[in-house]
Amino acid sequence: MHYTIGNLGHLSVITAFVTSLLSSFAYWKATSLKDVEQKNSWLLNGRFAFYMHAVAVLGIVVSLFVIIYQHYFEYHYAYSHSSLHLPGQYMLSCFWEGQEGSFLLWMFWHVVIGLFLIKTQKMWEAPTMVVFTLVQAFLASMILGIVIPGIDLKLGSSPFILLRDALSDPIFQLQPDFIPKDGNGLNALLQNYWMVIHPPTLFLGFALALPPFAFCMAGLWQKKYSDWVKPALPWTLLGGGILGLGILMGGYWAYETLNFGGYWNWDPVENAVYVPWLILVASIHTMITYKNSGTALKVSIILVIAVFVLLLYSTFLTRSGILGDASVHSFTDLGLSGQLLVYLLFFTLAAILLSILRWKEIPSTEKEVSTYSREFWIFLGATTLCMMGFQVLLPTSIPVYNKIITLFGGSSNLAPPANQIEFYSKFQLWFGIAIAFLSGTGQFFWWKKIDKEKLKSELLTPVLITLLVFAAVIAIAKIYSIPYLILTLAGIYLIVSNVKVMISLLKINPRLSGGAIAHIGVGLMLIGVLFSAGYSKVVSLNNTGMLISKDLPTDFNRDNLLLFINEPRSMAGYDIEYKGERIEPRHKSGYVNKNDIELTLDPFKVVAKKDIVFNGEKLYQARDTFEIYPENTFYEIELRKEGKLAASLFPRVQINPAMGGFLASPDIKRKLSRDLYTHVSLPMNREEEPEWGDLEERKVKQNEDFYISAKYVASFESIQRINEIEGVQLDAQDVAVQAKIKVQGEHEVYYAEPIFLIKDKTQVGRLPSEINDLGVKITLLNIQPETNEFLLGINTRQKDWVVIKALEKPLINVLWIGTLVLMVGFTIAMVRRFKDYASE
Amino acid sequence: MKKSYLLAIAVIAVAIVIIISTAGDASSYVNFDEAYQLASTGSSTQVHVVGQLPKDAAGHPIGIEKSEDNLSFSFILIDDNNKEQKVFYNEPMPPDFTRSEKVVVIGSYQNDKFLAKKILLKCPSKYQEQKLNAGV
Repeated sequence: MHYTIGNLGHLSVITAFVTSLLSSFAYWKATSLKDVEQKNSWLLNGRFAFYMHAVAVLGIVVSLFVIIYQHYFEYHYAYSHSSLHLPGQYMLSCFWEGQEGSFLLWMFWHVVIGLFLIKTQKMWEAPTMVVFTLVQAFLASMILGIVIPGIDLKLGSSPFILLRDALSDPIFQLQPDFIPKDGNGLNALLQNYWMVIHPPTLFLGFALALPPFAFCMAGLWQKKYSDWVKPALPWTLLGGGILGLGILMGGYWAYETLNFGGYWNWDPVENAVYVPWLILVASIHTMITYKNSGTALKVSIILVIAVFVLLLYSTFLTRSGILGDASVHSFTDLGLSGQLLVYLLFFTLAAILLSILRWKEIPSTEKEVSTYSREFWIFLGATTLCMMGFQVLLPTSIPVYNKIITLFGGSSNLAPPANQIEFYSKFQLWFGIAIAFLSGTGQFFWWKKIDKEKLKSELLTPVLITLLVFAAVIAIAKIYSIPYLILTLAGIYLIVSNVKVMISLLKINPRLSGGAIAHIGVGLMLIGVLFSAGYSKVVSLNNTGMLISKDLPTDFNRDNLLLFINEPRSMAGYDIEYKGERIEPRHKSGYVNKNDIELTLDPFKVVAKKDIVFNGEKLYQARDTFEIYPENTFYEIELRKEGKLAASLFPRVQINPAMGGFLASPDIKRKLSRDLYTHVSLPMNREEEPEWGDLEERKVKQNEDFYISAKYVASFESIQRINEIEGVQLDAQDVAVQAKIKVQGEHEVYYAEPIFLIKDKTQVGRLPSEINDLGVKITLLNIQPETNEFLLGINTRQKDWVVIKALEKPLINVLWIGTLVLMVGFTIAMVRRFKDYASE
Repeated sequence: MKKSYLLAIAVIAVAIVIIISTAGDASSYVNFDEAYQLASTGSSTQVHVVGQLPKDAAGHPIGIEKSEDNLSFSFILIDDNNKEQKVFYNEPMPPDFTRSEKVVVIGSYQNDKFLAKKILLKCPSKYQEQKLNAGV
């Protein structure tokens, strides 16, 4: 038992909690006191306490990591998230698979940002750090894991809890020091490189929403109503970029790993971060407006507060268990809902209260904005973004309404919309169109004062180019749906007009081109989403005609394709053929045919039956022992076009009872214009005994050709005496012979080697030999030396099969390219704003 | 009228449309009788029905039929009012289907058949049922 490391970790949690409160108090004193000397001494205290806090947080992180990395399975966290065979890079993912670890990640980023603020923001240090440290205190309380005596209130859930305290298992009564040999392992879906970088990115995005909120609160508190925008803006831009990147990484991971066929599912967990991001982007726009023209300060304050509150709300939704049935991937409930609610309400009420108190004093302009001013267009855009968020937030909160109604004694059977994708898309599509037209046009106002006449001349070229490109696109893409046509037009217009602005800016000052580039990215993303989602189609149509019930509608039962091994079918213009089950070696890249290996007692090790070659490269020699991932099976599927190999796909299936049984991940054939996305929807169950057909007897002579199942040519090649059989004790008088029968399969030659055995002179034993790929089992029934003939027994079964689903995703690469362009735009804009701020 | 008022009116109008449409498109948790009544009034709304699979004495679910090619399957679901209903689903049977404690089907009646568009399984959660692998 390794008690020290857990105690150290727990001590660090308590230290982190206490120091954050101390620091908060000291910074509060430093803010509110007038006397400069006292102020400075409290400032030093606050700073020192925060440094202590930083050390403590680091201590928690290191302790937890040591527990995971050293496989201390006496700890619940290591036991339930890790295992001995987990590859090193995924140890990181274990860290944040659990709720506690992800809180920790969030705290860690706050510490990093807090240290940076202390270093750079002399004027704002004290009031902003009050907000920072309060947030940290709430987060630390989530992982405190202590019970307050007297009122029996459990505060937080500690990651350092011992297994015996977390699980009640009789073994702990017999053997309190029992340590399991291995852990439960990491959810297979999370064993993906995107899952190593997506959570830290997302939580960095979460954490980056804190500085703008802290500056805003500090500004209201210190009555510096207009000064806070300048330092807050670059952080907001950075947050917008990082949070957006984090969300899209999640989408990309889902596309590559999950089998719902896309990158976005409108699941409540996804919506819960999408909404704050939209509002954050809106706040960027209003803050820039304020900096340029002095308008929209109040709106900016409301939006900055809304972003932070929405992030807390999203934390509450995903971690309190309230989503329950509504989401497929929320965290499990740790009993923290009360604490989470207090966290949410504390900052919501504090921010609202402070705003109300100061509202009258906040300067605002009463002048009407002109239609030809940039403020007008930006304001329209920000409003659209907010409505866009509102539309998503409203139905996502349905489980919350049910809860509230039940709380007041009512009953509600409201469920989320049955077809979420269709429901959200039909609104978001029109908002997307509005955003595209607004930001396409708005860019022209951004850079100069423009009147009606000038606008016409400015717009003429982009509109003409847009129409030309649009005509070309619809001629090729054949879009008939009216909303899709409008979105295409809007997207092209957005790209074209911003390219024009970008070109003129690049000539003047490239530093200013961030906005235009970001908007080009948005335009590309809109087009990419439209085609890849709107024109995604199932291509694995089932044309066997074996419907489950004849009187069902005809569109029923047609989305999946049954493939038998080595039997080509046609699909989406390809010849498609299932080639068999493969496994993945642990230390080499490639796939190994399951027929070519022998299992050993250790499920992680296998022995090569013959030389193993993959793509022309020899991976292993015959009789080599090598390590594999036994949970994963890959199904090799070959695509050919006009007889030539177009792609070999290896969709994966993972069978892991501890993690929910069956998990299928797609393999994607990527082409410039479209992706072909294929996943297994049903594998053959290997646990079930196959149903063999009746035994068919066949008398054959040596080297005589005969047919099996009327399609495979076979011949009896040889017979020889053998002296040992695995698992059978052979004595001197026993006779064993092994036949070698060659069978020509579809692509390769197989050998069946049945054994015929006479034991103790009277007992006859027959060991049949199975050719897995052909579904054939051959038994040597008898040997007739007088006629030199052999009697074979042949059984056949249904050949191996797999059921797959395949979808086509046109222009999905445009979406990914758009994402990158958007990120470039964010970076340029952010660098400019940080430099602006630093130069003053 | 000032533009800001116009804008405010537009925002309110859009918000109302969103609220009404959300209320209209929200599905509901019902039992099979209610779902049947809904369908017989001509509504094609998709509903959520929560139910359990009937099980034999040994705890194995009964009434599951797979199509010959494994591409679709049907099963019996018993709702909270103990009504049994055959449900059709046009995807292969999820391998962990038989282990599930609770099944939520999202779909609607077409004639006398309940066609599921989506199935959510509530499997014994790995957290609630976490048993120690006491394989020492």
